[in-house]
Amino acid sequence: MRVSIVTFPGSNCDYDLYKCIQLVGGTPEFRWHRERELGNVDAVMLPGGFSYGDYLRAGAIATMSPIMDSVKSFAEGGGPVVGICNGFQMLCEAGLLEGALLRNRQLLFASQDVHLRVETTSSMFTGAYAERQILRMPIAHAEGSYYADDETLGRLEGDGRVLFRYTDAVGEVTDDANPNGSAHGIAGILNEAGNVMGMMPHPERAVEEILGSVDGLGLFEALLSHRSPVGAA
Amino acid sequence: MTRFRLEVRVVPRPGLLDPEGKAIQSALHSLDYDSVRDVRVGKLLYLDLEANSSDEARERAEAMCERLLANPVTEDYQIDVQDDAQETVPA
Repeated sequence: MRVSIVTFPGSNCDYDLYKCIQLVGGTPEFRWHRERELGNVDAVMLPGGFSYGDYLRAGAIATMSPIMDSVKSFAEGGGPVVGICNGFQMLCEAGLLEGALLRNRQLLFASQDVHLRVETTSSMFTGAYAERQILRMPIAHAEGSYYADDETLGRLEGDGRVLFRYTDAVGEVTDDANPNGSAHGIAGILNEAGNVMGMMPHPERAVEEILGSVDGLGLFEALLSHRSPVGAA
Repeated sequence: MTRFRLEVRVVPRPGLLDPEGKAIQSALHSLDYDSVRDVRVGKLLYLDLEANSSDEARERAEAMCERLLANPVTEDYQIDVQDDAQETVPA
């Protein structure tokens, strides 16, 4: 599977993703944000980092990059798109995912390990996990407080499109376990068509024992085992 | 074409969590400004642009707000066209 990793000025998790795709047997390739075509790829990933220094709003300016038209067409054609951290912020800003990521409620940059509960295994991104499995992986963000209006939250919950939720170590959703004030403890979501996902935590930083956790691997394994019906853009 | 100076204020929606505003409010309280009931923090942008009329300048700025300057999910915006700052652009 060929996976395109789009690099923006200020991206800093692009090489982590590259290594990660290699680890699970995929073929990664970098795309610079000024390019216009994604080429013949099977999946697209928008990495974490601080594109454009988070100016205006985190992820906002990156959505105006030339490559984003191609990313949007790829997503609209059913191609799998993953946004992690800053990539999640971009997908929300681009309107490919619902809601927005606001400043953490404690105003501080949060750099810590968190526990996540897998809320559904029926997506193409979470099929390698067990239902309600508890994962541990890092977060590293200042604007990660997921917000959507009540109607949108109701639809996300009702459709089973909340992929991951912040919990404590035993899988309970508590206010203390919510590292940034996200609505409903939401850490990751899926779009309506089921092919675009975004999450604030960093699965690509939890893929080898030496990193302290391998719980992120499942996401990449699930994606790699997914055979996209589209021939890609 | 005339040059217009526009002031665009982008503010978080009422009711939305504004932790920065809350932090400033509590700092003001620590200075004994107890009467402060709420603080909201937004952004102020000055746009200097050319248009045929002040209405056209405003319409352009509205489009910019919808497409980039404000997040429609979380923010509201207000636009003031400052007519007195206008000057004709030499051809």
